[in-house]
Amino acid sequence: MSTLSVRNISVAFGGNKALSDVSFDVGPGQIFAIIGPNGAGKSTIFNAVSRIYDVATGSISFGSHDILALAPHQVVATGIARTFQNIELFDNATVLQNLLVGCHSRMSRNMLADFLFLPSVRRGELAARHRVEEILDLLDLQHLRGERVADLPYGARKNVELARALCADPKLLLLDEPASGLNPEETTDMAFWLKDIKEELGVTILMVEHDMNLVGRTADRVLALANGRVVAEGTIAEVQANPDVQAAYLGVTA
Amino acid sequence: MRTLFKTSYAFDINHLVDPGERARVGLLILLALGLPLLLSDYALSETMMFLCYAVAGLGLMVLTGFTGQVSFGHAAFLGIGGYAHTWFLMQGVPFLLSLPLAGLVAGAVGALLGRAASKMHGFYLAIATLAFAILMETVFGAAEPLTGGHMGIEVPPIALFGHVVESAWQSYYLYLAVLLFLVWGVANMNRSPSGRAMIALRDSETSAQSLGVNIARGKIVAFFISTFITGIAGALMAHQLMYLSPETFGLNESLKLLLMIVVGGLGTISGAIIGAVFVSFLPNAIEVLRGVLPAGIGEQVGLEPFLFGAIIAGFIIFEPDGLYGRWRKFRLFLETYPYYKRASAVRQKRYLKTGRFR
Ligand SMILES: Nc1ncnc2c1ncn2[C@@H]1O[C@H](COP(=O)(O)OP(=O)(O)OP(=O)(O)O)[C@@H](O)[C@H]1O
Ligand SMILES: [Mg+2]
Repeated sequence: MSTLSVRNISVAFGGNKALSDVSFDVGPGQIFAIIGPNGAGKSTIFNAVSRIYDVATGSISFGSHDILALAPHQVVATGIARTFQNIELFDNATVLQNLLVGCHSRMSRNMLADFLFLPSVRRGELAARHRVEEILDLLDLQHLRGERVADLPYGARKNVELARALCADPKLLLLDEPASGLNPEETTDMAFWLKDIKEELGVTILMVEHDMNLVGRTADRVLALANGRVVAEGTIAEVQANPDVQAAYLGVTA
Repeated sequence: MRTLFKTSYAFDINHLVDPGERARVGLLILLALGLPLLLSDYALSETMMFLCYAVAGLGLMVLTGFTGQVSFGHAAFLGIGGYAHTWFLMQGVPFLLSLPLAGLVAGAVGALLGRAASKMHGFYLAIATLAFAILMETVFGAAEPLTGGHMGIEVPPIALFGHVVESAWQSYYLYLAVLLFLVWGVANMNRSPSGRAMIALRDSETSAQSLGVNIARGKIVAFFISTFITGIAGALMAHQLMYLSPETFGLNESLKLLLMIVVGGLGTISGAIIGAVFVSFLPNAIEVLRGVLPAGIGEQVGLEPFLFGAIIAGFIIFEPDGLYGRWRKFRLFLETYPYYKRASAVRQKRYLKTGRFR
């Protein structure tokens, strides 16, 4: 089992310091939540882990992998999959195709073999589809498998994106605001799924979430971020009781 | 509406599982096989030109329709394929070897262009491919020893196993076989990881990358496959043209290829074929139009490119799904009559996209 450890990372956009000296560890089997006001730098942490943004200083490792030594497309092979705050699905493809791209990192691909659809490719496809069906069942998405993503309502897209990340068979799942835009009923479903994913699939979850209700129901540990700095870390009760956190949310400079 | 019950994963993997679609494609292939009995040699050679355009359109579809990388210079690859094929034939390489070799030459150049273009998007890519096409036209003109320069070069006839193919129907079947093989190959890609990686790149590079798709590699592969196929189209076309000169592969031709896939419908194989039908008959229609229009307009030299441009713009504005999209809506209308509403085919936008990465 692997631990994600983020050590002293800083990320800057021009003169704007999005993250300064942020460190934390996410142990295996945890649901770890990052909270903080808008613009705190929460998504920037995710983008640093997925190598979309370069960090100025610090290190990130997952198990024995040095994440910062990898190219963006190599991160998923270490067992880290993610979703995006603004939903980045393949809009003009079906749900099934989206999930199959989720399996991409674990499939062998060879242009010529694919062009000729050799028997090895067919075997690979069958195996991938087997995986996809399991995830469709887990998240109750069977009825949507043939739909084009562009035709789906918002809540369904969120679930499809979660499902697509699960198809990569991750050890660690990064979820950027999994409950944003969901109605209370969908949020309750999401809370159950997160627990299922953690308990049944044994996946560690690192999530950014504004919905304190969801965080309270699921998260084992919480990290509060404000202005790119860690304000507090601990259980939800500890973090909520912290005066610095309250100050950060109310806009008082602590 | 008919519902298809799926009972095994093979339903999602196999081609043409829908009986109606299978019947339609089967009929079309039968019709294509029977054409030599129905058409005169002249009409048949026009049809062969259509087959060449269908292959070329398929090639551009891979790049622009499936991978989302626009190319304003694909005629350059028709040219590379055509000239390479002619050169190989003149060196005594047999036709059946020369054809794929010509494709490979075009594909290799395409892969290089793809490598250079792998970080470009939209506008910049359009300019880069445009510049490449202009450059290639100049190269074709300047490389006299290989291409015959502006004097042009004669294309040797098709010869199979040492015998020159003389009757039109024989080469027609050859062309048809090449088209069907390439369509099958591209359809195969679409149901396997390489093809899905292309679609992923088209729709969201960021998430494609986070799922393990190597953006640069994916684009190079797309460029390679696309230009390989277009190169083969160029080689086939060379025999129809019988004489190659650089102007044949100019911007007009590139525009025509783009027009074809936009009008046919971006993102589907059928779109490339339907677009080829359209483009093959457009010149005839323009000829007719020239006669009808007042002389001042009808005799304008720029009429053809103007109409091409106008039609592309019109389709992009009014019918972005192309002719194939129109046909799908029509079928939906028939299948669901009388329940069809205009809204059934309208894409539903229920949320706003903000702050996407690109
Ligand atoms: N690509 C970028 N270029 C420039 N500045 C950026 C970029 N991405 C983020 N920032 C800046 O970094 C800071 C942190 O942004 P981030 O998206 O991480 O916030 P967040 O905590 O996820 O907020 P929210 O709750 O609104 O999602 C913000 O000030 C933002 O303007
Ligand atoms: Mg954010």
